[in-house]
Amino acid sequence: MTRIACLALAAALMISPALAFADPSPDHPGEQTVDPYKVSNANADAKPMANPAMFNAFHGKDGVSRIVDGLVDRSVADPRISEIFKNQDLPRLKRTLKEQFCYLLGGGCDYTGRDMKASHKDMGIQDADFNALVENLQKAMNKEGVPFRDQNRLLALLAPMHKDVVTK
Amino acid sequence: MATSFKLCVWAIGMAVVLTAGPSSAQALREGGKLLLTDGVTNIEGASGGGLATWAVIGGDETRNGIGGSLAATDVHLPAYDLRVYSAKAGLFNRVELSYAHQEFDTGSTGGKLGLGNGFTFDQDVFGAKVRLLGDAVYDQNSWMPQVAAGLQYKVNDKSAIIHAVGGKSADGVDYYVAATKVFLNESLVVDTTLRYTEANQTGILGFGGNLHDSYSPQFEGSVGYLLTRHFVVGAEYRTKPNNLGIAKESDWSDLFAAYAFNSHLSLTAAYVDAGSIVTFENQRGLYLSLQAGF
Repeated sequence: MTRIACLALAAALMISPALAFADPSPDHPGEQTVDPYKVSNANADAKPMANPAMFNAFHGKDGVSRIVDGLVDRSVADPRISEIFKNQDLPRLKRTLKEQFCYLLGGGCDYTGRDMKASHKDMGIQDADFNALVENLQKAMNKEGVPFRDQNRLLALLAPMHKDVVTK
Repeated sequence: MATSFKLCVWAIGMAVVLTAGPSSAQALREGGKLLLTDGVTNIEGASGGGLATWAVIGGDETRNGIGGSLAATDVHLPAYDLRVYSAKAGLFNRVELSYAHQEFDTGSTGGKLGLGNGFTFDQDVFGAKVRLLGDAVYDQNSWMPQVAAGLQYKVNDKSAIIHAVGGKSADGVDYYVAATKVFLNESLVVDTTLRYTEANQTGILGFGGNLHDSYSPQFEGSVGYLLTRHFVVGAEYRTKPNNLGIAKESDWSDLFAAYAFNSHLSLTAAYVDAGSIVTFENQRGLYLSLQAGF
């Protein structure tokens, strides 16, 4: 009997770290909690493209997923901006970026993240950080084989976000 | 009048330099511009295309830092050779200060013109440019270009020859307003610049003349197509006044390709049509410019 109790306790102790960091939202396990906000596609801070060929040029959802993974992985390893990504919720960042790009490229996704001002608040991001991220995105799009002209069309939607992202 | 005006311009320039930086004390940040968004170096030492001066501020710095570059340029024409050595500094992506030394070598043409073989006009160009509004890259949701205003004080060392050919002065000031914009949706960069000038052949033959001795507005512009983030190709046009009686002055144009190896080094090659220069027609040739910066 005591042996069973001991095993149960051991099992509980093994699970407890997972329980402590469990996500309260059942939709996105592995992500941290964020303060509640109004979910809306307007938070993407740009209108989606009308041209259906654009989503194909980015190789659909799979292509966007590879590009965002590439962008975030490069940025986390980029000495110019890696500091900014420390202690950030990278799974959530990747998910919401994928949603945002898919939405903007006319892929029919919904964006569930916060708007650019709220999501970059207090990060102290400078022009050089913003541009370094653009460069990493260009490299990720190059790797995916997205034509340069189409890359620029996406960047044209992202560029005006500079005013909400760069605060320093 | 002229002196007080120059003093006023200088005072405004200094005020901008002193207030343009970040208001709070913080560390300067090196580099940070996207490739080629500081343009290349034009023949007068300012950031721009090859012939045109643009509204972008030279150097790789952003509003959080100071940058600069050096450039060496050669324009090889059938009858002449123009060599330019220049340096510029960019302060907080707001102010650009530039200096260029131009050597207009007449080669064997100098002998034919009675100047002597290898006769060379030397001109120094001191430039200052201030970005007034807009951002050429970020403002993609509006038509607002990046707008800058600047001046170039040019001093030519061949005063006697300049006066002999009908020029009125060996030094002069050009004033300009430039508007530059990247249209990312079209992968284009477009510049239009209005220059108020009395320079003959950009000052190489002095300022003002026996035909016209007054300032006139002149146009210069560039259109570039972005092929990759390293590579842009395009064309330029620059109109010029006609102040001297001895020879008609042509507008200039070029077809260019600029390649940025990285944020520190770029090479520009162009085919330039300089038209007629002092009765020597069809002055077309190769323009090469190497820029190194930080």
